[in-house]
Amino acid sequence: MNYIGEDLLPGQVGHFFVIVSLVASLAASFAYFKATRVMLPEDRKPWLKLARGAFFIEVASVFIIFAALLHILYHHLFEYKYAWQHSSRSLELKYILSAFWEGQEGSTLLWTIWHCILGLVVIRKDKEWEAPVMMIVSFAQFFLATMILGVYFFDVKIGSNPFILLRDSGVLDNAPVMHVGFDTANPVRPDYMTLIKDGNDLNPLLQNYWMTIHPPVLFLGYASTLFPFAYAMAGLWMGKPKEWVHKALPWALFSVAIFGLGIMMGAKWAYESLNFAGYWAWDPVENASLVPWLMLVAGVHTLLIYKHTGFSLRATFVFFGLEFLFVLYATFLTKSGVLGESSVHAFADIGMNGQLFLFLLVFVWLMPFVAATTNRQRTLIAVTALVLSVGTYFLAEAIPGFPLYVILAGIITFIVLMNKQVPAVKKEESASSREFWMFIGALVLFLSALIIIFQTSLPVFNKLYKLNTAPGENNEFAYNQIQVLVAIIIGVLTAIAQYFRYKSTPGSLFLKRIALPTFISALIATFILVVIKINYDKEGLGFLINIWIALVAGVYAVVANIMYLFTSLKGSMKNGGGSIAHFGFGLVLVGILLSSGKKEVLSHNTSGIAIDFGKESKEISGENLTLVKGIPMTMGPYKVTYEGDSAHPKKALTYFKIHFRSPSDSFTLYPNAFINYKGNEGLMANPSARHYWDHDVFAYVSALPDPTKNKDTAQFAVSSKKIGDTIYYSRGFIVLEKLVGKDNLPLQNFDKTDTGYTASLKIQSINGPSYQSDLLMIKGKGQVLFQSQDTVMAQSLVLQLNDVSKGVAQIGVKESSAVMEYVTLKAYKFPYINLFWGGVIITVLGTLISMRRRMQLNRAR
Amino acid sequence: MKKVHIVLLILVAAAIAVLVSFLQTTTTYDTVATAKAKPGKFVHLMAKWDKSEPLEYDAIKNPNYLSFTAVDSLGQKINVVYHNPKPENFELSERLVMKGKYMGNVFECQSIQTKCPSKYKDEDPSKHVPQEDRKTTYNNTPPSVATDKQ
Repeated sequence: MNYIGEDLLPGQVGHFFVIVSLVASLAASFAYFKATRVMLPEDRKPWLKLARGAFFIEVASVFIIFAALLHILYHHLFEYKYAWQHSSRSLELKYILSAFWEGQEGSTLLWTIWHCILGLVVIRKDKEWEAPVMMIVSFAQFFLATMILGVYFFDVKIGSNPFILLRDSGVLDNAPVMHVGFDTANPVRPDYMTLIKDGNDLNPLLQNYWMTIHPPVLFLGYASTLFPFAYAMAGLWMGKPKEWVHKALPWALFSVAIFGLGIMMGAKWAYESLNFAGYWAWDPVENASLVPWLMLVAGVHTLLIYKHTGFSLRATFVFFGLEFLFVLYATFLTKSGVLGESSVHAFADIGMNGQLFLFLLVFVWLMPFVAATTNRQRTLIAVTALVLSVGTYFLAEAIPGFPLYVILAGIITFIVLMNKQVPAVKKEESASSREFWMFIGALVLFLSALIIIFQTSLPVFNKLYKLNTAPGENNEFAYNQIQVLVAIIIGVLTAIAQYFRYKSTPGSLFLKRIALPTFISALIATFILVVIKINYDKEGLGFLINIWIALVAGVYAVVANIMYLFTSLKGSMKNGGGSIAHFGFGLVLVGILLSSGKKEVLSHNTSGIAIDFGKESKEISGENLTLVKGIPMTMGPYKVTYEGDSAHPKKALTYFKIHFRSPSDSFTLYPNAFINYKGNEGLMANPSARHYWDHDVFAYVSALPDPTKNKDTAQFAVSSKKIGDTIYYSRGFIVLEKLVGKDNLPLQNFDKTDTGYTASLKIQSINGPSYQSDLLMIKGKGQVLFQSQDTVMAQSLVLQLNDVSKGVAQIGVKESSAVMEYVTLKAYKFPYINLFWGGVIITVLGTLISMRRRMQLNRAR
Repeated sequence: MKKVHIVLLILVAAAIAVLVSFLQTTTTYDTVATAKAKPGKFVHLMAKWDKSEPLEYDAIKNPNYLSFTAVDSLGQKINVVYHNPKPENFELSERLVMKGKYMGNVFECQSIQTKCPSKYKDEDPSKHVPQEDRKTTYNNTPPSVATDKQ
C-alpha cells in the first residue's frame, strides 16, 4: 500500500545509521581490545588504525542519527511517532530541542553524542591511554546503540527505535477513523496523514527554557563519568595500576563540575517551573544522579591523596568503579519504570527492563574481568558472568533478590582481584596529616551516597523481595535528618583539612593557622544565629540544633577556605581552584540551611473572606489564599491584589497579574497556568518569582473558578424600596439614590408610550470601598420590555430593576459566587536562596580552575 | 589496627544503625479496605477519584478544603479530606497515591500524588487521534479505498 504524504527518507537514513553505529562501536571496541593485547608497536598500528576508523564512523553515524531526528521534529513530520508524541506545530524552536530529549530515545542519543565528542578528545590528546580507554568507551557506546535499535530478537524487544512510524507504532490501532472502511481490522487508510493535523505536544511542565539547556549539560555530565571509570579500568587492564591517575584527574574534575552543574540546573528548573516550592525534593530521579556525583567527589579526593602520599589508591579504584556503576543504576531506575509509584518524574516502562539490567550487569562483571591478571581468571569471570546473566533471566522470580546478589558478587570479585593487583601502603597515616582527614571526608561522602541510594531503592527492594514498603510519613525528613549530620562533618572537614599538611603537621603550626578563621567563623555564625535566626521547629528541637551546628560548620567552611586562598595561596586564583570550590561548597551548605530553614509561607489563610473553615476541618489554617479580583488581601507584609489576566498569543496559557505592595516595596508577579490543556479538565500552573539579593518572593496559582461547576443557583431577592431606602446584603448595604422615569425614548423598536426607568444605586461594602450601579428597565403597556442586569464583580452582586410604580422600585439583588473572578494563590518567601545558586556557580568554577591547573601540570610532565 | 580502620568501623556501624532506624519508619501501600483496617496509621492509599460521587471544593469559602470520594481497584470507596487545593492533573490522573491516615470515617490526606497517563509516558494514544473527521467525505469513498488495497 502506498501512503500519501509521508516522508520516509529521514527515518530510513536514521535507522540505517543506528545499525551502522551499533556495528562500528562493536568493531571499534574489539579493535582497541586487540591493540591493547599486542606487544609490538608495528603490530599495534593496524589495529589502532582500524579502531580509530571504526570510531570515526561511529561518531559520524551518531551525528547523522541526531540530525535525522532533529529534522523530523523541526519539520513536524508527524508520520514518525517520536515527532507526533513529543512535539506540535506551535512549539517554539527552543522547545523543539526540549521535545528531542523528552523521550527516552532522544535522551539516550544525547548521552551517546557526548560520549563521541569526549572520545574524540581522548583520541586526540592521549595517545598513551587511547587504546584501553577507548575500548571501554566504545563498549559502552555499543550498549547505548542497542537501546535505540528497536528490533525483536525472538520475542525480546531490543531497544526502542526513535524512527518508528506512527502507523507502525500501534498508536492508530484502536482508532477506527484511521482505518480503511472504519474498521480497525483493516489496514491503515492510505490518506491517514491528512487526518494527523498536529502532534501531541510537549508536556507543558517541560516548556521552560531550563528544559532546553539542563538535559544537554546533565548528559554531558553523565557522559563524562565514563572517563574516570575508563581510565581506572584501563590502568588495571594494562597492569599499570598507578600510572593512569594523573591523566584521570582532569577528567574526574571535569565530571564533578559538569555533572554537578547539570544536576543543579535541574534543581533550578524545579524551582522555577514546578510547584513544590523548592529546588530539591529527594525525588528518586534526583537522588539517582546525586549518588554517583558524591562518589565521584570522594574519588577525586582519594586520588589527590594518592598523588601526594601514596595512600588510598584502592579506595580510588572502588570509588571510580562504583561511580559509573551507579550512573548505570540511575539509568536503570529512571528508565525502567520501577519508580512508578515513588517518583514524580521517572520515565515509564517501555519494555527495556531486561536490557537496562543487562547493561548494568555486564559493566559490573567487566570490572573483575579487567582487574584479573591471568587469562584463566578472565575466562572464568566471563563464563560466570554469562551463566549469571542467563541465570538471572530464569531465577529472578524463583530466588528473591537474585539479581542483587549477582551485582554484589561482581563488585566483591572486583575488590578482591583489584586488591591483589594494587599495592597498599603498610604505614599508617598520621592523625595530623591532611590525607587522614581528607580520607575520612571521602569516606563520609561515600557512605552518605550509599545511605541515600538505599533509601531511594525501596521500590527496587519491593520488586526484588516482593515486599510492600512505602516511604515513611515524612520522606524528606528521613533524608534530611541523616544528611544534616553529613553536612556537619563535611563542613568542618572542608574547613580544616587544608590547614593540615600532607604526611604530618606540627600541632602548634596548625593551631596558629586555624585560630583566626575559627574566630571569625564563630563571630559570623553567632551573628547569623542570633540576628538572622533559624527557628525551624517542624521536626523538633533535636533537628533544629543539628541545623544550627551544620550552619556553623558551613560558615566555617566558607571562612576557612576564603582565608586559605588569600593567606596560604597568596590570592592566586590559578592555583586556588580547590579553595574556591570548597568556598562555594560552603556557601551551598549555608544557602541550603538558610533558605530551607527560613522558608515562609506568605499565603497563610488567616484573614479575609475565607473565615469559615468548613465542617470537620479542625480549623487548620491553610496555606492557600483566595484573591477576588480587585480586592487587596494581606499576605505577610504585603497587600496582594489580583488585577487581571491575559492570554498567551499562541498557547492555551493564561498569565495572572498579581500585584504585591508593602510599605517599602511594590511589584507585580505573573504566575501562569495551562487551563484545560488539550481539552483535559484541570490546571497546570507555573510559578513566578520576584528576585532580590537576599530573598525571592514566589507565587503560583493553586486553584481557579471552574465555570462549568459553579452553576449560578442563587436567586434574586426582590424588595420594594423608595429613594433613600437601604437594602442589606452579606457584606454591606445598598442605597437607592435616584429613580427616574422617562417617556419618548430615543430608541428604535420602542413605542412612544413606553417608559424607561433608571435607578441609581450606591453599594457600600463594609470593608471600605463603595461602588455605583445604574439599572435600566423599559416598560410598556404593563409589560417589561427590557431589563438590564448589573454585576458588581468585587462584591459578587448581581442587581436588576424589576418594576417601578408610584415612586417605589422593585429591586432584585442576587449574591452569587459564580460571578466572582478569583484566583487561589500560594506564595512563599525564600530567603538567601541566592547564596545557594551563587555557591553552586562558584563550586563549578573552582572545580574547572582545578581541572585546568591539573591539565597544565600534566603537560609539563 | 589503624586509626582509619577504627573510624571506618564507627562510620559503617553508624550507617547501618541509621538504615535500620530508617526501615522502621517505612510504611505500606494500601487499598481502601486495608487502610480502614488500621485507623490512625499512616499509609499510602492507592485509589482513584470516583467521579460519580460529588466533589466538594469552593475556593471562595475555603481554598484549603477539598473533599471527594476515592475508589480503589477492588471497587471499595472511601471519603477523602485534603487541606489543600486540588492537586495539579487531578482530573486527568488515572491513579492517586494519597498519603495520610484513616480517622473517624474519612481519610485525612496529607499529600496527593497524581499519576497521569500523559506525563512522561506512552499514553493511550487513541484518545488524541482526531476523531472529529469521521464525518468527512472519506465516508463516501470506500470504493476507491478498496481499489487501493489491492
